Amino acid sequence: MEEVKLHYDVNAYDFTCAGEASGKLKRSLKDLGFDASLVRRVAIAVYEAEINMVIHAEGGVIDSTITPECITVVLADKGPGIPDVELAMQEGYSTAPENVRSLGFGAGMGLPNIKKYTDEMTIDTEIGVGTTITLKIYNR
Amino acid sequence: MDVKELIEKLDLKVLCGEDFSKNINGCYCGDLLSWVMSRAQEGDIWLTVMGNINSIGVAVLADVACIVLTENAALDADALNRAKQNDVIILQTEKNSYQMAAAISQLI
Ligand SMILES: Nc1ncnc2c1ncn2[C@@H]1O[C@H](COP(=O)(O)OP(=O)(O)OP(=O)(O)O)[C@@H](O)[C@H]1O
Ligand SMILES: [Mg+2]
Repeated sequence: MEEVKLHYDVNAYDFTCAGEASGKLKRSLKDLGFDASLVRRVAIAVYEAEINMVIHAEGGVIDSTITPECITVVLADKGPGIPDVELAMQEGYSTAPENVRSLGFGAGMGLPNIKKYTDEMTIDTEIGVGTTITLKIYNR
Repeated sequence: MDVKELIEKLDLKVLCGEDFSKNINGCYCGDLLSWVMSRAQEGDIWLTVMGNINSIGVAVLADVACIVLTENAALDADALNRAKQNDVIILQTEKNSYQMAAAISQLI
């Protein structure tokens, strides 16, 4: 398998599309023949980061690079940034507004889930500029 | 047990789905999506009152066997469309999640 690159745009505040990019990525990984449990881990991690871009930022872009050894996904937004990453990483911490809580979001479990399901996770964030989350999952 | 048997034994209403041959491994109850996302196992029956489009996304990504909307919780039109596109089975019952889970535990 050659290196495969996939790009997705994530719209701002569009809950009807939220989860679409991670769903498409999941299908592509399945089609490329990756193991189901690896595909599931990628899908969950990318879903959480994608939803965060919709809820907490104004959408963004997702770029994934797929090789037989490793799946790398970079999710970049131009949202408000995360003031305290350590706090945001804690289970249960959420600033989700009431209107999205009523849709089932806001458990404060998204970032911890990403950590749990990936091998590497880095968050680059700057207040007023945006947030870039890079995920790596190794195929072994 | 497969989904077909679940539907018959517990007299569930089918809101979406055609192929009910999927195997059931267990059951998970919850309405907070990222909680469900990380804790539900592949092949679980997912009991929830969340019938919006985001539930469908979670069901697809977490590979649950089916969604059961308890207490006759409504399914949005958007959610139904997305479920159809992704072959997500959605069932409904008037029972609450506790009653439903108790009934399921008798079966699996
Ligand atoms: N892309 C982002 N831009 C700005 N803030 C973010 C971003 N992602 C996460 N955050 C902040 O980090 C907090 C924790 O995120 P996390 O995904 O863990 O929980 P949540 O999105 O609030 O709820 P859940 O994911 O359980 O539905 C958010 O409430 C928000 O304050
Ligand atoms: Mg989140």
